[in-house]
Amino acid sequence: MKASWMDKFGGRGKLIQILIIAVLILVVLPLVADTFRLNLYGKYLTYAFVAAGLVLCWGYGGILSLGQGIFFGLGGYCMAMFLKLEASSPENTAIQSTPGIPDFMDWNQLTALPWFWEPFRSFPLTLLLIVLVPAFFAFVIGYAMFKRRVGGVYFAIITQAIASIMTILIIGQQGYTGGINGITDLRTLMGWNIQTDFAQYVLFFACGIALILCLLAGQFILNSRYGQLLIAMRDQEDRVRFSGYDVANIKIFVFVAAAVMSAIGGAFFTLQVGFMSPSFVGTVASIEMVIFCAVGGRLSLIGAAYGAFLVNLAKSSLSESFPQLWVVAMGALFIAVVMLFPRGLAGLVSDYAAPVRNWFASAFKRETIAASGPEIKPGAPKPAESKAREDVSIASAQESH
Amino acid sequence: MGGYTGEELTAIFLMQGFSGLSLFCVFLLMALGLAIIFGQMGVINMAHGEFLTLGAYITYLVSYAASDVWPFLLDYYFPVAIVFAFLGTFILGYLVERYLIRFLYNRPLDTLLATWGLGLILQQIFRSTFGPREKSVVMPDWLMGSYQATDMVDIPLNGLLVVGITIVLTIAVFILLYRSRWGIKVRATTQNRVMANAAGINTERVDRLTFALGCGIAGVAGAAFTTIASTGPTTGSLYIVDTFLVVVFGGAASLLGTVASAFGIAQSQSILSFFLSGSMAKVITLMTVVIILMLRPQGLFASKVRR
Repeated sequence: MKASWMDKFGGRGKLIQILIIAVLILVVLPLVADTFRLNLYGKYLTYAFVAAGLVLCWGYGGILSLGQGIFFGLGGYCMAMFLKLEASSPENTAIQSTPGIPDFMDWNQLTALPWFWEPFRSFPLTLLLIVLVPAFFAFVIGYAMFKRRVGGVYFAIITQAIASIMTILIIGQQGYTGGINGITDLRTLMGWNIQTDFAQYVLFFACGIALILCLLAGQFILNSRYGQLLIAMRDQEDRVRFSGYDVANIKIFVFVAAAVMSAIGGAFFTLQVGFMSPSFVGTVASIEMVIFCAVGGRLSLIGAAYGAFLVNLAKSSLSESFPQLWVVAMGALFIAVVMLFPRGLAGLVSDYAAPVRNWFASAFKRETIAASGPEIKPGAPKPAESKAREDVSIASAQESH
Repeated sequence: MGGYTGEELTAIFLMQGFSGLSLFCVFLLMALGLAIIFGQMGVINMAHGEFLTLGAYITYLVSYAASDVWPFLLDYYFPVAIVFAFLGTFILGYLVERYLIRFLYNRPLDTLLATWGLGLILQQIFRSTFGPREKSVVMPDWLMGSYQATDMVDIPLNGLLVVGITIVLTIAVFILLYRSRWGIKVRATTQNRVMANAAGINTERVDRLTFALGCGIAGVAGAAFTTIASTGPTTGSLYIVDTFLVVVFGGAASLLGTVASAFGIAQSQSILSFFLSGSMAKVITLMTVVIILMLRPQGLFASKVRR
C-alpha cells in the first residue's frame, strides 16, 4: 500500500472520526440547539482545546501538567484585555476621573494605562500575543524544569503551585487585572457587537473550525517522526536519551504545543462568554481540565474533545437540578476513570466498537484486505489491535513513573 | 522600614514571627502526614486536607458533646478529642488504602486524580452533614487569654498549645520512623520492596498502616487546628497545594527537611506580609520556592535513597 497523505494524520480511520466530529459540531449542534444552548456548547468546545493539549502532553508525553488553567487564562486574558480597551474608549468612559482606561483601573485610582496593556490596543498584535505569551511562558517553565530533569509528580505539583500563584497574583493586583471579578463587560470586537444571536453563531463556527484544525494539527504531530519519538520517550526515556536525543527538547515542545492549544481555547472562551476571571486559572479549574481529558481518553485527541464536551454537559445539566450531587459525581468520576476505565471513553468505544467495525469490514472484503496490508503504521492500528496496543502503552506509561 | 523605632521593629518581628509560628504549625502538622505518605510510599494524597478537616469536625463533635451534654467535662475534653480524631481518620485512611490506593501503587499521577476525587466527595459529605457554615469548637476556659511577654508583645495561649502539640507530634513521628522496629520496616519497604518482602516483612500490611498513620496524623492536626481557627468543609483543601510544596521543598523523604521548609516558608510569608500586602507576600514566597525547586529539584534535604 502506498503511503498516502492520510497517513500523516493517522490514516483514514482517524480522518473519518475527525470528519464525524466536524459534522457533529458544525452541522448537528447548530441545527438542534437554540442560541442560548449553542453558546453553552461553544463554551464546552473551548475546553476541548485544553483537553486535546493535555492528550499530547500527558497521554503521549507522559508529563501531567496541573496548570493548564494558566495557559487557558493567559489566552483568555489577552483577548479580554483587547476587548476591554475597545470598550473603554474615551467617549464610553467620559464619566471616569481618567477617561480612556478600563473602569476597574479607575476604581483602583490608577491614572494611566499600565505598560503591558499598551500592545493590546492592536488586534493583530493581540492575536499574536494570544499565542506567543503562553508559548513563551510554557517555554520558560518547561526549559527550567525539563533541562534539570524535573518530571512526573514533581512537575505536576510545581505546575499546580504556579497556577495557584497566578490566581493569587491576579486577585491581588486588582488595579491591573480586575481582581476577583476579572475583566467583564466585553461587548464588541472591532466595532462588531459580539452579543447578538448572529455573532454567537459566527463565533461558534469559528471556534468549531479552530478546534477541528487543532485536532488535525495534533494528529499530524503524533504521526510525524517527532510524534514517534515522543511516544518512545514516554515509554523508555533513558533509551531515547542514550540514542542521542535531547529528551528535554521533546518535552518542552509538547508542553508548549499543549499550552498554545489551551490559550486558543481561552481566547475563544472570552469571546463567547464575554468575560474572563481568575476562577478559570486556578488549581481547581486546572485539575477539572485534566478530568475532561481523562474521561475522554488520555490517548485519544478526538476522545478528549468528546470528554470535555460531555463532562461539561453533564456538569451543567446536573448542577442545574442537583447542585450538590454534581460535586459527588465529579469526585466519583475522578475515581472511576482511574480505577475502572483508565483509557477513558475512547478506550470503552474501541473495546465495544471493534466487533461492529470488524463486521462491517468483513461485509466489504476489499476494505479488509487493504486494512491488513503489511504497511500498517504504529499510529494507525487496526481496530482489533488498538486495544492491545493502548493497553501496552498505558502499562508502560505507568511503569515509567 | 522608616518610621519604626528599634523597639517597635523588634515587637513587630516577634509578633509576626509568632503568627508565622502558628502558620508553621499548620503547615508542619499537615506536612508530617503527607511526608510519610508521599515521602515513604510515593502516593500523592490530595485528600489529605479533607482528613485534617475530618479530624477538626470530630473535635467539634466531642467539644459539642462536652459542652452540651456533660458540661463538667468541658475542661478536659481536648485530649479525648485528639484520640477520637486520630482514631476516626486512621480508620478512614485504612479503608481508603484497602479499597482505593492499593490498586494504584506505581501510578503516582493516578493516585493524585483518585484522591482528588475522594477529597471532593468528602467535602460534599461534610457540607451536607455539618452545613456550609464554619463551625467553632467550644474552648475551655484555660485556653482563653494570652501570655503577656512585654508591653507590646502578647502571645495567645491557644497558639502556644498548638506549638506544643506540633512539637510533641513531630518528635513522636521521628521516634516512630527512626527509632522503632516498625519504622525500620517502613523504611525497608520504601528502599527495596522486593527485598523487604523476601526478608519476611509483610509489605502490604506495612503500606496499609503507613497510609492509615499518615491520615491519623492529619486527624490530630485537625484537632489542633480547631483551637486557632474555625472549621468549614473546604478548610483543609485551602492548604493542600502549599503543603505539598512544603513537602517537596524539604525533600520528599526527609522529615528534617519538611520541618525546615515549613518553618522557612511560614516565617518568610508571615514577616513579608507585614511590609507588603498579604497576597504579594504569598506570591513572593511561593515564587521563591518554585524557583529554588527548579534549581534543586530534589528539595533542600535530598535523601540518598536509590529509587
